[in-house]
Amino acid sequence: MTRIALDRVAKVFGHQIDDALALSRDGVEASVIRDQTGATVALAETTLNIAAGEVFMIMGLSGSGKSTLLRLINRLVEPSGGCISIDGTNINGLSPTDLRTVRRDRLAMVFQGFGLLPHRTVADNVGFGLEVQGASEEVRLTSVADWIARVGLDGFATALPHELSGGMRQRVGLARALAAGADILLMDEPFSALDPLIRREMQDLLTGLQQELGKTIVFVTHDLSEAIKLGSRTAILKDGRIIQVGTGAEIVDSPADDYVRAFTDDLRSSGRP
Amino acid sequence: MFPESFTVSIAQPINTFVDWLVINYGDLFELFSDGLLVVLVALEGFFRDAPWWFVLLLIGLVAYGASRSIRHALGLMALSFLMGVLGLWDEAMQTLALMLVATTIAVLVGLPFGILLSRSNKTRAIGLPVLDAMQTLPSFVYLIPALMLFGLGKVPAIIATVIYAVPPVIRLTDLGLRQVNKEVLEAADAFGATPGQRLWKVELPLALPSIMAGVNQATMMALSMVVIASMIGNRGLGQEVLLGINTLDVGRGAAAGLAIVAMAIVLDCTTQAYARRVQISRGDS
Repeated sequence: MTRIALDRVAKVFGHQIDDALALSRDGVEASVIRDQTGATVALAETTLNIAAGEVFMIMGLSGSGKSTLLRLINRLVEPSGGCISIDGTNINGLSPTDLRTVRRDRLAMVFQGFGLLPHRTVADNVGFGLEVQGASEEVRLTSVADWIARVGLDGFATALPHELSGGMRQRVGLARALAAGADILLMDEPFSALDPLIRREMQDLLTGLQQELGKTIVFVTHDLSEAIKLGSRTAILKDGRIIQVGTGAEIVDSPADDYVRAFTDDLRSSGRP
Repeated sequence: MFPESFTVSIAQPINTFVDWLVINYGDLFELFSDGLLVVLVALEGFFRDAPWWFVLLLIGLVAYGASRSIRHALGLMALSFLMGVLGLWDEAMQTLALMLVATTIAVLVGLPFGILLSRSNKTRAIGLPVLDAMQTLPSFVYLIPALMLFGLGKVPAIIATVIYAVPPVIRLTDLGLRQVNKEVLEAADAFGATPGQRLWKVELPLALPSIMAGVNQATMMALSMVVIASMIGNRGLGQEVLLGINTLDVGRGAAAGLAIVAMAIVLDCTTQAYARRVQISRGDS
């Protein structure tokens, strides 16, 4: 079942948006469009279907449009064209109030820089989504205690974010997203800021939780090995265009072009599949 | 000579406007003035009637609450004690009441305007020059219409003090809100917070250190107005300075000046200690 569907979704920053979109449709490169119109095509028209329960990875270098693509799904970035739908409901057309309801109930997000509230304790950060939803204190406290335990933060409920290490902070970010109860998880390079050992720990934590929960996850990364380890499918982005979509094996065995091959070669030389 | 045919007199229309205000809305201004007076007189009465040691204890408690340091609290209590030693306790209590009322009004007025300024660059482009004008306009220029509207005494003194003290609250509220971490704001939006929830649960708490710096500056600026406020009939430390000058009694003026400095240090240290504690408790010292 398709959970998230993107139909010719594009994002252009600047003026002359229609001209830039037309050029982009003709296959003109983003840098050329910028010179001609002054507009920046962050994401060329993209069509993508993400199934329920899938862990879908978006991979690319910085500036390739992967963060923009992720933020189009919850409309933190407004699309310049195309249609985004969740379970068949068009997200573009929603009023601000309806959009908030969808964000509250269906979509949760985890950030690279954690995005925690510095003045709130771990428990109050984890409970933020439920608080916004207007859940009763009883429900909130029970759920918060549960999630704090499940992400391995036992004993840290009353700590403030700045007292925790990076890995611990992202556990708070993950617990906050999961406590909100949404069935779609948007993750924007959640483990990129962590050092390698902690990153692996967090990847394993996510894998373990996902086996129980079966959420639909859209995960942005710049690391192909992370994409292959965690994802059921990966989309590789370059200059705002999807170059290849496939499972890890498909990408490693038959890279679509030299750009993708550079990543897979890098992966082989580092001694992993 | 600048040609006379080019000159326009704005004095007359402004006079007419103020007269019109006084004639048509005098009752309204009086009502507002009376309300403000009730609050100020009550607060002043409380400070003046309360035993000196009780007020001293209160200052110590507030200072401790702000800094969580006993040494800090004792130091500020000693400074407050000095105002009594100088023989100016009663005057100091009058000034303290005026400061508290003026600063509270400055915060109540400044916060919403600061929020408004932070919402768009257009409101900011209009707002900032107005704030500059409020701070550079000689205070007597708005003291005179304030006198006409509210009569002599404490109320115009409060109004003049607020006009002078409110700009830093507005400025630093705007600044604090603009400096809130972008990812934290994204998180608030991503979890579906309403604009109100975002403001109260995320933006204002995160801007609090900056807002407190604004409150600190506002108290300092308010205190620098006490002498001028005393010219229109507000008693207190300012009046002592004024009397000292008028009678060429240098010593009397100096004693009152010293008491004003002591109060400035007490107010400054208390508000600053609070701002610093908020900041340190979040790990960004």
